[in-house]
Amino acid sequence: MVRILCFFLMLIFSGASPVDAAQEILRKASLIPQWSPQAQFAGYYVAYEKGMYRRYHMDLTILPGGPHSPSSEFLEKRKADFSTLWLSTAIQKRSQGLKLVNIAQILQRSALMLVAKKSRGIYKPEDMDGKKVGLWRAEFQIQPKAFFKKYRLHVKVIPQSYSVNLFLREGIDVASAMWYNEYHTILNSGLNPKDLTTIFFYEHGLNFPEDGIYTLEETFKKDPSLSCAFVKASIEGWQYAFSHPEEALDIVLKYMLRAGVPANRVHQRWMLNRMKELILPSDQQISVGKLQPSDYGRVAQELKESNFIKMIPDYQSFFVECDNRAEK
Amino acid sequence: MIEKNVEDNARNLVQTTVNRIETVLLSVQKIPESLACFLENSSYSREELLHILRVVVENNKEIYGSAIAFEPYGFDRKSQYFAPYYYKCDGLTEFTDLGKGSYRYLDWDWYQIPKELNRPDWSEPFFDVEGGNILMATYSVPFYRKGGGKREFMGIVTADVSLRWLEEVASSIKVLQTGYGFLISKNGTIVTHPLKNLIMNETLFGVAEAREDSGFREIGRKMIRGETGFVPFRSLVSEKQCWMYYTPIPANGWSLAVLFPQDEFMADINRLCRIVILLGIIGLFLLSIAIVLISRSITNPLRAMAKATEKIAIGNLDIELPPIKSQDEVGKLTSSFHYMKSSLKQYIQELTETTAAKERIESELKIAHDIQMSFLPKRFPPFPDRREFEIYATLEPAKEVGGDLYDFFLISDDHLFCSIGDVSGKGVPAALFMAVTKTLMKRIGEHMIDPSEVLARVNQELCLENDSTMFVTVFCGVLNLKTGEFRFSNAGHNPPLILRTGKNPEWLQVPEGLLMGVVEDTIYKTERVFLNPGDGILLYTDGVTEAMSKEKIAYSERKLMSTIKESKSGTPEELIREVMQSIKEFAEGEPPSDDITLLAFQFNGKKG
Repeated sequence: MVRILCFFLMLIFSGASPVDAAQEILRKASLIPQWSPQAQFAGYYVAYEKGMYRRYHMDLTILPGGPHSPSSEFLEKRKADFSTLWLSTAIQKRSQGLKLVNIAQILQRSALMLVAKKSRGIYKPEDMDGKKVGLWRAEFQIQPKAFFKKYRLHVKVIPQSYSVNLFLREGIDVASAMWYNEYHTILNSGLNPKDLTTIFFYEHGLNFPEDGIYTLEETFKKDPSLSCAFVKASIEGWQYAFSHPEEALDIVLKYMLRAGVPANRVHQRWMLNRMKELILPSDQQISVGKLQPSDYGRVAQELKESNFIKMIPDYQSFFVECDNRAEK
Repeated sequence: MIEKNVEDNARNLVQTTVNRIETVLLSVQKIPESLACFLENSSYSREELLHILRVVVENNKEIYGSAIAFEPYGFDRKSQYFAPYYYKCDGLTEFTDLGKGSYRYLDWDWYQIPKELNRPDWSEPFFDVEGGNILMATYSVPFYRKGGGKREFMGIVTADVSLRWLEEVASSIKVLQTGYGFLISKNGTIVTHPLKNLIMNETLFGVAEAREDSGFREIGRKMIRGETGFVPFRSLVSEKQCWMYYTPIPANGWSLAVLFPQDEFMADINRLCRIVILLGIIGLFLLSIAIVLISRSITNPLRAMAKATEKIAIGNLDIELPPIKSQDEVGKLTSSFHYMKSSLKQYIQELTETTAAKERIESELKIAHDIQMSFLPKRFPPFPDRREFEIYATLEPAKEVGGDLYDFFLISDDHLFCSIGDVSGKGVPAALFMAVTKTLMKRIGEHMIDPSEVLARVNQELCLENDSTMFVTVFCGVLNLKTGEFRFSNAGHNPPLILRTGKNPEWLQVPEGLLMGVVEDTIYKTERVFLNPGDGILLYTDGVTEAMSKEKIAYSERKLMSTIKESKSGTPEELIREVMQSIKEFAEGEPPSDDITLLAFQFNGKKG
């Protein structure tokens, strides 16, 4: 009698939870975003929370990113299967011999920008000549310097810290900013958009698309469907985040609190909205996740000219398009 | 006015608080400033420098830590970065060199901002995670090497200040039940606030964005620009409408705001308002009662008076009027009514008496008239057995008793006496005079056949006692029933008409004679005329000829003549009726002003 009961119970459990059965074939994978949790990575957190990776038979772990955990290093040391990186960073790494591949170019537009106060007499690029300009280090300088060259501007470069206080106190005339981050910080320090002159590099022929999804070439070759499943699930996550922004913000804020970083919903909402425009530019017909050869060529060429790289890696080997490779 | 008071209160409160904060900040500022001054003007060894820095940190309880950060190779040609830093940790003073390790102090705000601005600067507040999550701010003072007229930037002296006291000062601000104070930094970052989750995590502008409140953002902009203001503001804690007073802290450009909940401030005033309204309502109620009572005291006598006058109006003058209670208009009115009532009563009494007297006189007159009329022969035919003549007479009295008279009687078998007369004047005297005349005429006429003598005798009698100088016109005649001879005499009366058969009527030629009752010895003449059978005589008084139509035209002799001329009547009665009818038609309903008297007879001769 007891045996029969147990048998039935087993039947019920096995029949009632097919997930348990599927779990057996879930493929383990990990992701490291290039910075600490914020809406810049909303798509991945949402895809995770809403079970999209699971639906693509993935058991994903999102590793905590941040300044102390450079994502390219995690990739290189195989601590993570996937990572997000700037295109310019990735090209440099590839040319330095790290065999990583772009499996999806998430951001189609460069969010890096220059901001100046109109009260300091700056209305157009030419007005920046001779002014103090705050620049971040490394690849954050490539676009601005190309921009200064293009407009033949001689500026005094001041190393810019993580804050925009130097700019707000008018210690510098022009500041570097990410559209989705520092620009909003400036606005929320009491400056109105009409008080500011903004330079978006993509409007000046210097579109350097930023965040993309990368993996090592060998990881990709070992199981292309895994990489592509990750891409598909991530894009679905982004789409869900854009159609359910408040829910997405809840998820992002949860991760921010967990990571112990200051969480400001208004700021994250701004960031999410900007991400939507950077991922799905309303004035462009682009298939989500595709790295445009023209964008690639422009960034690589500029890197070479600025002596960041010696040789331009081959586009074909750098970018892998995932169409039809993912399996649910 | 209330708002002004609140503003004054707010200004005092906020200004006091700001002064407290300012005092502390300024005293803290002095320390790195004097340290910078020392660095600029003295030479020192590494050991001396560290010693001074340590002493500064140890001896100033406000200072949590202090650093002297040099420009690369600025202190020592051998080491690129040198930034000694002493800080308190668990009651001990610890040391570290910020130039060592990966901490690149050159890129940090506390170093970069005063360097680029060439002036001391308070940093934005920050939480010191390692030091126990204390809210801190750093005051950084640049120092320079002077020489050759140039100033070369050498580095920054800092003092890290715990802002715990500031939090305490700001959070100790309590206004009524829900009012509070909050502090924002130069960037609008909320430094202290009752809502803990806003502190250091939100700027005012972020809050404004979340609330989609552009006015809020504008206030924030004014605050960080260092303006002072008093504005309506919705509390972030209670969502109540408040007044907010904000003013900058001059030392670091932060801004302190204090919220004054309007409803709580207004609570007292509202209570006062409610009391005033309640008092107003009660007052109004009492006032209306008073008005009703007063108006009743006015209208009640008036109403009583109206009731009384109604009774007076229907004639009850014996009604008791309300007593006069006051000397006001109502009192005057009442007394006037009293007077009116008694006057009316008196008047009506007099009127009643007068009317009674008049009625009595009138009834007496009526009696007099009846008496007068009773004198006159009224039974027709008077002599039904006599066929020699027919006689008829009528007297239509005027409204007043008049003085007309007529009479006829047989003196003997063969003689018929007839007379007609008119006394001057009207009324009882005339009636009496007429009665006297008639009586005299009858008495004297019965014994005499000569009419002139009758008249003379009657005249003598009338004149005897006639003090009232009344007079009477009389025509009298005696008809001989055998012969038809008609002897007649006249005392001032209208001439009669003689109606001869087959001829036109004509005026009888009457002898002249003075009217009676005036001259005692008047002599009258007798004339005579012979009547043939069928002939007749018509006697009348001036009431006939002077009967007036509506247009005041007299009936006249001519009209009388023509009436008789056209008459087809056979008997005296018919003739008189016809004449009367004619007069009535002529008068058109006008009442006769004088007695109308007609007497006619017809001589029929022996054959009748």
